[in-house]
Amino acid sequence: MPDGLVLRDLTVHLRGRVVVRMDRRVAPGEVLTVMGPSGIGKSTLLAAITGTLAPGFAASGRIVLNDRDVTALPAHLRRIGILFQDDLLFPHLDVAGNLGFGLAPGGTRKDRRRQIDAALAEVGLTGFGGRDPATLSGGQRARVALMRTLLSQPEALLLDEAFSRLDAARRDRTRRMVFDTARLRGLPVLMVTHDPDDAAAAGGAVATLGNPAD
Amino acid sequence: MNRLLMLAPVLTVAALLGPVVAGLVGVLRPALFPVTDGPASLAALHGLLEWPGLGPAVRLSVVTGLAATLLSLAIVIGLVAGWSGTRAFRAASRVLSPLLSMPHAAAAFGLAFLIAPSGWVVRAVAPLAGLDRPPDLPIPGDAGGLALIAGLVAKEVPFLLLMTLAALPQANAEGARTLSATLGYGRMTGWIKTVLPQVYAQIRLPVYVVLAYSMSVVDVAMILGPNTPPPLAVQIVRWMADPALGQRNLAAAGSLLQLALVVGAIGAWRLVELAVAAWGRGWASGGRRGQRDGALRFLALGVAALPALAAGGGLAVLALWSVAGYWAFPMLLPADFTATSWMRHAGGLAGAAGNTALIALAATGVALLLTLGCLEAEHRRRRPITAAGLRLLYLPLLVPQIAFLPGLQVLLLHAGADRGAVPVIAAHLVFVLPYVLLSLGDPWRAWDDRFATVAASLGARPRSVLLRVRLPMLLRPVLTAAAVGMAVSVGQYLPTLLIGGGRVATLTTEAVALASGADRRAIGVFALAQTAAALVPFTLAIALPAWFWRNRRGLHA
Repeated sequence: MPDGLVLRDLTVHLRGRVVVRMDRRVAPGEVLTVMGPSGIGKSTLLAAITGTLAPGFAASGRIVLNDRDVTALPAHLRRIGILFQDDLLFPHLDVAGNLGFGLAPGGTRKDRRRQIDAALAEVGLTGFGGRDPATLSGGQRARVALMRTLLSQPEALLLDEAFSRLDAARRDRTRRMVFDTARLRGLPVLMVTHDPDDAAAAGGAVATLGNPAD
Repeated sequence: MNRLLMLAPVLTVAALLGPVVAGLVGVLRPALFPVTDGPASLAALHGLLEWPGLGPAVRLSVVTGLAATLLSLAIVIGLVAGWSGTRAFRAASRVLSPLLSMPHAAAAFGLAFLIAPSGWVVRAVAPLAGLDRPPDLPIPGDAGGLALIAGLVAKEVPFLLLMTLAALPQANAEGARTLSATLGYGRMTGWIKTVLPQVYAQIRLPVYVVLAYSMSVVDVAMILGPNTPPPLAVQIVRWMADPALGQRNLAAAGSLLQLALVVGAIGAWRLVELAVAAWGRGWASGGRRGQRDGALRFLALGVAALPALAAGGGLAVLALWSVAGYWAFPMLLPADFTATSWMRHAGGLAGAAGNTALIALAATGVALLLTLGCLEAEHRRRRPITAAGLRLLYLPLLVPQIAFLPGLQVLLLHAGADRGAVPVIAAHLVFVLPYVLLSLGDPWRAWDDRFATVAASLGARPRSVLLRVRLPMLLRPVLTAAAVGMAVSVGQYLPTLLIGGGRVATLTTEAVALASGADRRAIGVFALAQTAAALVPFTLAIALPAWFWRNRRGLHA
């Protein structure tokens, strides 16, 4: 039984000063919401988990993902997906190309094409494979970005203010889709947000940074 | 792969500094030890001091250098202070920017064809002035170097303007303009008091580059400068070409003097900067608003248009001469047109164009690889370039070419490595590499790093992020940097001449070699070909990404 994403006293330092510290477990299919004022180190925490900390920062503690200690692994071997507030679809690839980038290598061309088409169908974008991402609406782009991440078969999902750029109606739909998908696939989700509605929709535990008790 | 990448910064420093340091050593030796393995002697320096032309040559170098730099800087400041943020300014920058790629020699020839006694300007006024013969004026080549100064200004204004444009966003020029306007300041006064101090701090090194270049330029001086005596740098080249070996020592001593002059001039410029800054702080807080700057603004715009007119008109008159049949004074246009000049020079043109392309492609290719290596190493180590590193980039542009290339030539001669294109390519690389790095550095660092994070979280290893995400997204700036590198290489005269030992003919060396003659048709052909060689890469750098990403709106500028 995989035990999800475990942050064992994960601490990020900047020149000897503690920036952020977290000691939590996120079970598969659960959402941990991390809230707190800007500049408190929420994005730094995510960078530590993805393995992309900026220079000067140092992390201690362990990151264990489904019994696999990924603390020392480079970013591309951690199998931790991330969605930012911008969809960050690669502008030089079409929609199918973006999804193909996420899809693990291997398989025949036809087989890959089938998986990409299935992914598009799953989020109601059948026939969008050849489109330029810049011509999609914000909600459509968010869905492509989600499927691109899921096709890479991550074992955990991080959300960095992922819904803040969407208008209210789309935000609710996209949010529900992300949480439902994560629950269905048993992905532990760590969500950083400003928006109390996000936390309410997630329905999981909430960790508030900037609180000395945490 | 990784180790190779980490080597890139080391190789870059070696490629930039190796030839400069070796060349300076190679100049010091003959200057101080005129007899091989003999004792140290100041004979070469004495010989230099006894040369009767020394005083005027030094004066020319210093005066033209300072005047060209001061004028160029004043024109750029006037244009940007008076007009930045307006539609006229955007139009002016669009017109001036392509001038940057026009080779110095071609621009100088164009200007010469405009202002010569039988040039277009005189032809235009000849009917009014009742002239049926060209007036007897020593232009270009006036003893005071005025034509030379004009030619340098025409090329350095676009360069400084582009550097200033790059510095404007960081100085928050728009905000400062609004603020100073609401405080009642005139456009120019407000800009100079609030934005200029920040912008100047960023364009200081480019200004020094202009100063060092203008003081020691050879090709433009051979075309537009006086002959008896020429500026010091041209005289050094003459001594280098002299078969009498003793003249080599004289040349080496001259190189040292040229270096000292440039170092002294930059030092003096720095002192004046400090004095002006001290005075300027008092002036800025003095509260004078300078509200009535209307006339001055239009004067600034008019003066800034001159380089564009000179280059555009020059290019037109070069093109006309290249296809001119019979064209007597004071006719404004040739009586008939012919392709004879192009056909007569087709053979020489083809060979020179081939050499030009080979050297430019090789030097730019190596420069691009080293640049990408440096930037990627910087990204992976997550350690941005330091101020010291940036100054290092400028060093080959600050040391006058004529100060170290003669020494490099002598060293290569001793090593028996003075043959073929490879040493020439290495010498071009010294000047191509800084411009490629400076051109690509900003857009490379401005790229959103989160794309790399996303790609890595999708399982892409660093090399794959570079090749499949970052390079395709940055195709346009990469090609632009390559075009800049090609243009720099195409325009190089001295490295090709000295390091090639006169045996490597490029469009530039062929064109400049025609300067002493009077075959305007041949000059038109070669100067036009030289300009085309510099412009074609820029056209491709714009056209290729536009075509390649025609269906990718997110990548349109």
